[in-house]
Amino acid sequence: MRLGRLLTILILTLISAYIALPTKLPYGLTRPPIAFWVGDKFFFKSFDTKLGLDLAGGSSMVFEADTSKVSQEDKEDAIIAAKDAIERRINLFGVAESTVQTSRVGGFSRIIVELPAVTDTRSAVALIGQTAQLDFREYVPEKEASPSGQITYENTVSTGFTGNDFKKARADFDPQTGKPMISFETKEESAKKFTEITTRLQGKPLAIFLDKARISAPTVQTPITTGLGIIQGEFTLEGAKSLANLLNSGALPIPIQLIEQRTVGATLGAESIKASITAGLVGLGAVVLFMVLYYGRLGIASCFALLIYGLLSLAVYKLIPVVLTLPGIAGFILSIGMAVDSNILIFERLKEEIRNGRMFKDALEVAFGRAWDSIRDANIATLVTSFILFNPLNFEVLHTSGPIRGFAATLFLGVVISLFTGIFVTRTLLRVFARK
Amino acid sequence: MDWMKFRPIYFAISGVALAFSVYAIVMWQFKLSIDFSGGTVVEYKFPDGNIKIEKYGSDFTESKAREYSQSLPEKPEIIRFETVGPTFSQEILKKTYIALGIAAGWILVWVAWQFKSLQFGISAVLATLHDTVIILGTFAALGHFIGVEVDILFVTAALTVLAFSVHDTIVVYDRIRETMKKHGGSSMKEIANRALSETIVRSLNNSLTIIFMLVALFLMGGQTIKWFVAALLVGTISGTYSSPFVAVPLLVTWEELKKKLK
Repeated sequence: MRLGRLLTILILTLISAYIALPTKLPYGLTRPPIAFWVGDKFFFKSFDTKLGLDLAGGSSMVFEADTSKVSQEDKEDAIIAAKDAIERRINLFGVAESTVQTSRVGGFSRIIVELPAVTDTRSAVALIGQTAQLDFREYVPEKEASPSGQITYENTVSTGFTGNDFKKARADFDPQTGKPMISFETKEESAKKFTEITTRLQGKPLAIFLDKARISAPTVQTPITTGLGIIQGEFTLEGAKSLANLLNSGALPIPIQLIEQRTVGATLGAESIKASITAGLVGLGAVVLFMVLYYGRLGIASCFALLIYGLLSLAVYKLIPVVLTLPGIAGFILSIGMAVDSNILIFERLKEEIRNGRMFKDALEVAFGRAWDSIRDANIATLVTSFILFNPLNFEVLHTSGPIRGFAATLFLGVVISLFTGIFVTRTLLRVFARK
Repeated sequence: MDWMKFRPIYFAISGVALAFSVYAIVMWQFKLSIDFSGGTVVEYKFPDGNIKIEKYGSDFTESKAREYSQSLPEKPEIIRFETVGPTFSQEILKKTYIALGIAAGWILVWVAWQFKSLQFGISAVLATLHDTVIILGTFAALGHFIGVEVDILFVTAALTVLAFSVHDTIVVYDRIRETMKKHGGSSMKEIANRALSETIVRSLNNSLTIIFMLVALFLMGGQTIKWFVAALLVGTISGTYSSPFVAVPLLVTWEELKKKLK
């Protein structure tokens, strides 16, 4: 029975130690990932720590969607369409593990975008925020002509042919000049409209605007009846590609506005990790020293329990996986301090029972039994608080902010795991001590 | 030891601390970070390792920040750029009050139910609110004198301290309940004295281990979480004090008043 428990602890420790170790160890050693074949199925698990944007570097942005011009029943659809459009646009960047989420707070709809490793977000913000409405406009000479005689947004009117009439666009090369351009295909139902416009405007300019910015103002040479057209302009290949992508990703159905942005450079994140590890080790050293000096043999047992606690926690973070943020690390370090608490409660109780004349072995069982009530009641208070902070059900009235959640997650897990190590591990270790 | 004999002293200490905190909160208020006030913070890192943190309005964009850094001869690197719109910050503030309210309400219900007594519940909540007011006051003062800002992490710290403080209180109350069962005839004062003597070492030792961790984080854990850790530290110290010296004396005084009024 006792041997079985000791064995359980040993196996658990080894497994969590394996998972908790970083893949690259000092002295050129590595921790191999789990990779094996079962029949024709391949299993692979490398157990990497997931780092939040504040540690890994990256950018998180919150956009607010303006749904004031959308009818009540269409709001939900409009937000989802906007989210999809943003997702497609972000994919153009090729950012690994980017996420796009929507959230509703009160009457406001928000779209939260997280871009790991992107720290210059100027182009990202511009691309995401673009309504990307393509507008084909005809020149109206009577409307205040610009001094240079140039075609501007002001002296043109829309022909009614817009980005919504597009089926597909792609970057291409002009066969004559070799310059990059965009070729497009209109939707079938719009081909007729396009034929009509190009017939009417033959020999006249048809200006193409993207969100009020002129892209090009070609003159219609011949009517386009096939639904296939081209946009020529001063494009670089990159520019043509990104414009084609923008056209393909579709217009945002509703305007959005950036209301929050947090960007952290990777160097700052790395420094934060280093600082937290140093602080954690120094603090841990002080706790271990204190426990051993004050409680002697008992203290040594609690240090073993603490070591197992640390390994288990890290392993659980990787398994769930918990996204580690700076506040999350603080929560973990704080929970180490709290994890010792159940041990201290038990040890104090143990001393008391021994003072009352019990034998060590007897006193141990009584102490565990009596201390458990306090430990349980007290920890439930912390568990519920971390529950409120984490807000797992996404209640609108509570916080859903990343840093708070990161802290709450590690605190919650810390309490649960410390209950296990404080009761099960310390108890088993002390029983072994007691026998000697 | 007759801990309860010195109740006037405990109440006086808490009274002074609370009065100071309320004064600080009312007179100086808080120096709000952009989380609450809206605005932009940019952290520039210079080639010589110096770090400069600048605050701007919420209309300051990343392009402007990059233009600025390029205009300087040292061309500092932008290592952090945060901007929060003004409507967003109002909402964070509101949610914070709600979270505090739910947490305090939950503690009241939990302790009252667990100890089958409203008296226990209310005393425990008063002790934790005592700690919350002291953290708030300390940060109002820190903001006034050295410009420390109150941000969303501070809120997290305040809520955590709420939990930690009641954690400590429950351990003492638990002992009081146990002693009551064993020595049913004794007065609340005697029971409280006995329970305090039996738990005070545990309380101090446990707080010490947490304080070791927090001091290490405060000194070495980096700038970003420095004041978050400081808030936890103030709360831990106040929470350690408030369980034996506020929550328990309140319980005893309440019991005595009840007897007198009968």
